[in-house]
Amino acid sequence: MGITGLFLVTFLIVHCGINACIFFNDGGVTFNAAAEFMATNLFIRIMEYVLFIGIVVHIVQALVLTLHNNKARPVKYAMNNGAANSKWYSRWMGLLGTLILMFLIIHLDHFWLKTRFTGLDQHTLFDQMKSSFSHLWVVLIYCAGMVSLSYHLMHGVQAAFQTLGWNHKKYTPFVKKAGFVFSIVVPFIFALMPIFMYAGWIK
Amino acid sequence: MNLTLKVWRQNSAKEAGNLVSYPVKDISEDMSFLEMFDVLNEQLITKGEVPIAFDHDCREGICGMCSMFINGRPHGPKQGVTTCQLHMRSFKDGDTIVVEPWRAKAFPVVKDLVVDRSAFDRIIASGGFISVNAGNAQDANNIPIPKPDADKAFDAAACIGCGACVATCKNSSAMLFVSAKVSQLALLPQGKIEATMRVKEMVAQMDKEGFGNCSNTGACEIECPKGISLENIARMNREFYSANITE
Amino acid sequence: MSKVDSKIPAGSLAEKWTQYRSSVPLVNPANKRSIEIIVVGSGLAGASAASTLAELGYKVKCFCFQDSPRRAHSIAAQGGINAAKNYQNDGDSVYRLFYDTVKGGDYRSREANVYRLAEVSANIIDQCVAQGVPLAREYGGLLSNRSFGGTQVQRTFYAAGQTGQQLLLGAYSSLERQIGLGNVEMCARHEMLEVVLIDGKARGIIARDLISGKLERHFGHAVLICSGGYGNVFYLSTNAMGSNATAAWKAHKKGAYFGNPCFTQIHPTCIPVSGDHQSKLTLMSESLRNDGRIWVPKQKDDKRKAFDIPEEERDYYLERRYPAFGNLVPRDVASRAAKERCDAGFGVGTSKMAVYLDFAAAIERYGKQQILKLGIDNASAEEIRKHGMDVVKEKYGNLFDMYKQITGEDPYQLPMRIYPAVHYTMGGLWVDYNLMTTVPGMYALGEANFSDHGANRLGASALMQGLADGYFIIPYTIGSYLSNEIRTKAIPTSHPAFEEAEKNVQATIDRLFAIKGTHSVDHFHKKLGKIMWDKCGMARNEKGLKEAIEEIRALREEFWKDVRVTGTPNELNPELEKAGRVSDFLELGELMCMDALQRKESCGGHFREEYQTEDGEAKRDDDGFSFVAAWEYKGQGSFELHKEELNFDVVHPSQRSYK
Repeated sequence: MGITGLFLVTFLIVHCGINACIFFNDGGVTFNAAAEFMATNLFIRIMEYVLFIGIVVHIVQALVLTLHNNKARPVKYAMNNGAANSKWYSRWMGLLGTLILMFLIIHLDHFWLKTRFTGLDQHTLFDQMKSSFSHLWVVLIYCAGMVSLSYHLMHGVQAAFQTLGWNHKKYTPFVKKAGFVFSIVVPFIFALMPIFMYAGWIK
Repeated sequence: MNLTLKVWRQNSAKEAGNLVSYPVKDISEDMSFLEMFDVLNEQLITKGEVPIAFDHDCREGICGMCSMFINGRPHGPKQGVTTCQLHMRSFKDGDTIVVEPWRAKAFPVVKDLVVDRSAFDRIIASGGFISVNAGNAQDANNIPIPKPDADKAFDAAACIGCGACVATCKNSSAMLFVSAKVSQLALLPQGKIEATMRVKEMVAQMDKEGFGNCSNTGACEIECPKGISLENIARMNREFYSANITE
Repeated sequence: MSKVDSKIPAGSLAEKWTQYRSSVPLVNPANKRSIEIIVVGSGLAGASAASTLAELGYKVKCFCFQDSPRRAHSIAAQGGINAAKNYQNDGDSVYRLFYDTVKGGDYRSREANVYRLAEVSANIIDQCVAQGVPLAREYGGLLSNRSFGGTQVQRTFYAAGQTGQQLLLGAYSSLERQIGLGNVEMCARHEMLEVVLIDGKARGIIARDLISGKLERHFGHAVLICSGGYGNVFYLSTNAMGSNATAAWKAHKKGAYFGNPCFTQIHPTCIPVSGDHQSKLTLMSESLRNDGRIWVPKQKDDKRKAFDIPEEERDYYLERRYPAFGNLVPRDVASRAAKERCDAGFGVGTSKMAVYLDFAAAIERYGKQQILKLGIDNASAEEIRKHGMDVVKEKYGNLFDMYKQITGEDPYQLPMRIYPAVHYTMGGLWVDYNLMTTVPGMYALGEANFSDHGANRLGASALMQGLADGYFIIPYTIGSYLSNEIRTKAIPTSHPAFEEAEKNVQATIDRLFAIKGTHSVDHFHKKLGKIMWDKCGMARNEKGLKEAIEEIRALREEFWKDVRVTGTPNELNPELEKAGRVSDFLELGELMCMDALQRKESCGGHFREEYQTEDGEAKRDDDGFSFVAAWEYKGQGSFELHKEELNFDVVHPSQRSYK
């Protein structure tokens, strides 16, 4: 889970970086150029397949482990006070992951399916964003998706380091802090996109 | 103080169990949690009922035998103590206290609050040792060990094998227990010789026993009465990967 | 009265063990494979013996009543383990450790055994370090030592306040290794309830599977009793709740003599009893006495808080009475002095049965040292205290925390209250130099034997003895017996002797259930404990002991008429387990009193009020009592005394003086 998780984190960085181009507020010129590059670069095209494999492996691993973990405690406690010793989101990673997956399906339908298969007709990806984010419900779903992602990352990033054995007296506190900042900042930037577009602050 | 206890009663491994309520009266706050159980058992015996079976021995927090899941937490509400070191001053008059056995597939209930933790022994038997027969040793000071390493090894070795980590883990994972032993021996020059084999064998045995996987919630570290650190799990992961990559 | 043969080899003291080892008959590896050995108990002695014998190639079966061999009560030893390594260059040697142990034991131990113990002590440390036991180290990477309980050299190795735990886990890991290799069959949650004798030799045991309640028969060419001490006769002790004398007592009833049963050690620094509910006592490591000062108010029944009592109104009675050793006098001396003060009405706390152990002076001393070290000028008293507290925390933090958990008081602010408690039993099954009891093929190791500690054990010597017996002594000495047993085929457990032994055990169990009385087992145990503590505890006298014997007999009779054992025999039944153990304590307690009555002298842990010097110190009688009392069982309540004369060729008994 750690390796695939961290791989997906690197994808988030790239994705977030490209999309943040909309904040230049230049009518999507920079953004569209970046999108164009992503759509045509061979390396990126290959990585797209790797990314899908990464997501699938991450999900399959999660399912297998969850199934296994459930079996490890056939009789549950009548009273279990998990809040006393761990963060709720560390215990609900599966649920958060499922929410993210649901969001992902909607998200892919909005953008990826259209760019890859059905085609965008005459308008650009930027135009597509504008039209998608003109509906309030879409914006809300995106925001909810980002909240899920944020909590998922809050536990996931530092847990990945721990799983991979990268624990060090000197560096782990930094890793934990950086992971925390990352888990807030990246989903926040993502969430700003639909909000800004819906509000009409990006033209 | 007067309390209501809800205690898991189960006659044997084969029979089903359930929570049974017992009122207990005039409990002194100086009593340990187990002494409170002694009082309750004395009452049950007087009434001709079968007393509650629970594991306990040293009653000073070192043997690791006591194992009660109290109000949703292993060894109760206080951190850094075992059940026998928990005193009634941690509770209030009128409280209802739910007491269950450790729950894990690898720790089947034997009776009432007693579980079978022999899985831990089998894990140690699979590799939690240094292969040195009596009489083979060289002088103890021949290999100096840096104090920080020795101290870290000691901190890991402080594990009492009570199983609170498994009991509290949402996945019933035994990673903290296993990693404490792997870590202790990996940190010492004497243990390095068998390090690769040890970590592989112990992890394989752990999986075979039916423990779950680590999802890094950190609950084990919080609930461990001896404060065994999560660092040990990371160290074991490291040992495990390098063992599998190199061999 | 007959004499018992201790089989001490000839030769000079320093040569005995070396010569013995070179000449003891051996068992060849092929034969070892077909020889089975039963080890009862999995503490330091049991686990080390079982693993070592398995390493040698014997087929070993090991039994413990706990759920895992790692739980044995050796785990609770805090302080450390002695070894004559002389790493500190402070003049230690095998001879000095031997001398200290004999002297500390008040000249009631066997010279040859003690010398051997001191000789192998160094090997134990080597072995443990090789096993990965994380003993404390200095910054240079070498092992650290501290001085401990009444010795003038630093020879105690330790692992914080958990030395016993670390050593036991070392032995346990060796044992688990042998279990994993299939050389040891481990029977956890099994309790030995009878020894099986065939043609006068120990040939096996009857054990009860504590989970299913089934009685099992196990054959062995030899049986090793490593079941620890019997301090729980007193009900309240620092022993674990399950610690019991059953295995040793059954062995005794089958012919093994019981040595010096009255020698019990009362540890001076335990947390005082807080009420009737108390189920056990908790020891505070003796190492606390290195820095803590023990005192009581000079005024009787002083109601002031400790810190309100000015310095000049405090009686540091150990420093007053024993200026040379002060707070570091041996355990028996410190314990009796505390009792003396409390009995005289100077005790503190609500029960008035406690004395103060005060760290204020140590905190100030360490604080000043730190201030110097850190180069702080004009430090305030508060600052000094803070730095001093940090040092004390570093040294004793875990003990202070433990005290706070139990009493609810903060020992950094208030002095600790302590009182003596039963801690260790020097007495046990009588064994010869080979560690064999008077029953051929039956051995006793560790605290279970009457051992090497004489009338009083020095701090940090119990761990040493348990491991010495298991790792380095029994592997040699058992050869002298087993080399004659190579022709003995495994005896099937259908043998009539097994059948009869099992029948007897079953009959006792049935009898316990049949009583259907009105009182719980604990009720009787508490009563026995009170008799023993009041009349056969820290101080004994003829009248009290005679009364105690009568009271115990009456209590035993009442037990067999009125005890209530709930549940059924065929299940996990802690009440049945306790009933069996208490029924044995009820017999052993009587023997302890008889032995105490017979020993008309004061020595070590045995203090007879009639035999004391004018200033209240123990008065030994070397002419009359320089012997080991070895008691033979002659049917219930009847014992015959045999004496093993003690000869002191090297160390000449002198009156111990710590003044």
